[in-house]
Amino acid sequence: MRAAGVYDVNYAEDMAIVRTRMQWVLLALFLAFLLAFPHFSGLYWTGVFSLMGIILIAVFGLHITTGLCGQINLGQTAFIAVGAYTSAVITSKMGLPFLLALPSAGIIAGLVGLIFGAPSLKIKGFYLAMSTLAAQGIIIWIILHTDILGTAVGLRVPYASIGGFAFDTDTKMYYLILAVVIIAGLAALNITRTRVGRAFTAIRDDDLAAEVMGINLFYYKLLAFFIGCFYAGIAGSLWAHYFSYVQPLQFTLKDSVWYLGMIVVGGAGSTLGAVLGTVFIRLLSVFADFISPVLASNFPMVRANVTYAAGAILFALVIIIFIVKEPRGLAHRWEVFKTWYRLWPYNY
Amino acid sequence: MDKLLQFLANGIMIGGIYGLVALGLVLIYKSSRVLNLAHGGFLMIFGWLCWSFTEQIGMNIWLSIVLVIVVSILAGLGVERVMLRPLIGQPILAVIIATLALGYLLEGIAIMAWGANTKGLPEFIPHSAIWLGPVAIPQHYIWSFGIALVLFGILMYSFRYTKMGLGMQIVSEDQQVARSLGISVKSVFAQSWAFALAIAAISGILYAALHAVSNFNLLVGINKALPVMILGGLESLPGALVGGLIVGIFESIGGGYIDPLVGGGFSDIVPLILMLIILLVRPYGIFGWKRIERI
Repeated sequence: MRAAGVYDVNYAEDMAIVRTRMQWVLLALFLAFLLAFPHFSGLYWTGVFSLMGIILIAVFGLHITTGLCGQINLGQTAFIAVGAYTSAVITSKMGLPFLLALPSAGIIAGLVGLIFGAPSLKIKGFYLAMSTLAAQGIIIWIILHTDILGTAVGLRVPYASIGGFAFDTDTKMYYLILAVVIIAGLAALNITRTRVGRAFTAIRDDDLAAEVMGINLFYYKLLAFFIGCFYAGIAGSLWAHYFSYVQPLQFTLKDSVWYLGMIVVGGAGSTLGAVLGTVFIRLLSVFADFISPVLASNFPMVRANVTYAAGAILFALVIIIFIVKEPRGLAHRWEVFKTWYRLWPYNY
Repeated sequence: MDKLLQFLANGIMIGGIYGLVALGLVLIYKSSRVLNLAHGGFLMIFGWLCWSFTEQIGMNIWLSIVLVIVVSILAGLGVERVMLRPLIGQPILAVIIATLALGYLLEGIAIMAWGANTKGLPEFIPHSAIWLGPVAIPQHYIWSFGIALVLFGILMYSFRYTKMGLGMQIVSEDQQVARSLGISVKSVFAQSWAFALAIAAISGILYAALHAVSNFNLLVGINKALPVMILGGLESLPGALVGGLIVGIFESIGGGYIDPLVGGGFSDIVPLILMLIILLVRPYGIFGWKRIERI
């Protein structure tokens, strides 16, 4: 549903993402809000938003692999782990700069993704999900049993620094993450609108039909895995430098499930949906933090794990309710709202 | 050589349980084409319930086992009504995420109710070992294996010869045909969920008797039963048993010989590696139906 009176009179306008002056104003306000955020929000919320940004990058990747191309990846956290460990080894063991570690984390995670994505040429749907599930188990096991990766103890990671400027506080790290998120988001949004993105969508809807149309399944399925895992690797690199510490326990199957849940809650196949889903689920985890002291006094048995348990119950319930009640996700709700708002008051 | 025989015996015994766990998955998949990735969660929660009935309330162990099975049947009917029906016909992604989320929901509930602990069930089958030549097998392993075999026998018999089992077979073949023959597809789904969760209860209690009652039992559904199911073929009941034995033997032998070399834990990923190989070589499993797509 287009805003009334907005017509495309040339190709540039046809391709534009931001169309009206109001949208530019809102976008500018939103960016200003994000830039000013750490100065009035306090450390807790800066941390919440930083982590949200890191996860958002990984979810963008999953959005491309799973939401756009339909190749279910149940091992996204394992690929985040690959990126995190790559970055950790490159900066702490080899002493190379962060600007080199960030892209190489992405590339190595992407290459590992290719190994586990290769079965997608032969199998699909549920079977592929199982092979990425195996990836989750196997990658984490390898990390646990490799001495150079610190086994179960983990690795210390130095602060990220670019040209002598060290990102040594939460606020500085927030701006770094924000910059990467914006670049990653724009890239994800634009992939949807290119030849590659249309090929992905065709493969998702029916891969046989796509092949008949002349889409090279071999190339595009592997490309989808590479891009998705590249994003995971970038997220992993930021993760490592944000926490200054990597350890296998940070990367569980459960988080992979939540990331896929974010795609589903947001609306599979929509970039906006990936953002909405991530923000929604992460805010739920803040809510779980918030209510856990109350719960802890009522459930004395579980004081230590109450945040964990409350978070799991909340996430799972929300994901199940969304799948049962609104399978098209928040992005669809947003479209419905936009249509209503633009037609108001004559919405017949 | 004695060592190898011992590993083989352990593998067969534990493989029977894995097969039983996978049987619950196969039953649901066969009738409704929904893969229940929350099966491990049910396994865990029924184990905890049994522990709670015996240790916290102080019931007789056999009474509490019967009670848990009754609860599991009711839970099966409830889950089928609330969650499964909206999932039929939805994309595979939704089914996978919804059932995985259900599994973690059960884990959260278990932590809330019983904490992140590990408890042992009372010894209701003797644990002392029986010696077969050079091989020692604990008695509760033999009993569990026997119970698993008996259950397999009952299910295979009822699938082939009883009215209910035949109904399930028709529904798995073609729902429209089943309807036109006067079989209620809904009640068949409900029956298969009730049966599957009853099996989850039995296998959960047996698994807890072999190891312990803990939240890690959740992972049995994913790390062990899924490889078994894929190995045997998604729709095949005998496949679950054969797959279970193969996974059990590989895990026991692979773990036994390779664990000392890599410092432990290899047996945990043997089933996953096996699953990856099967997926690459023969994705439809040993007894599964090969799907051929033509234009």
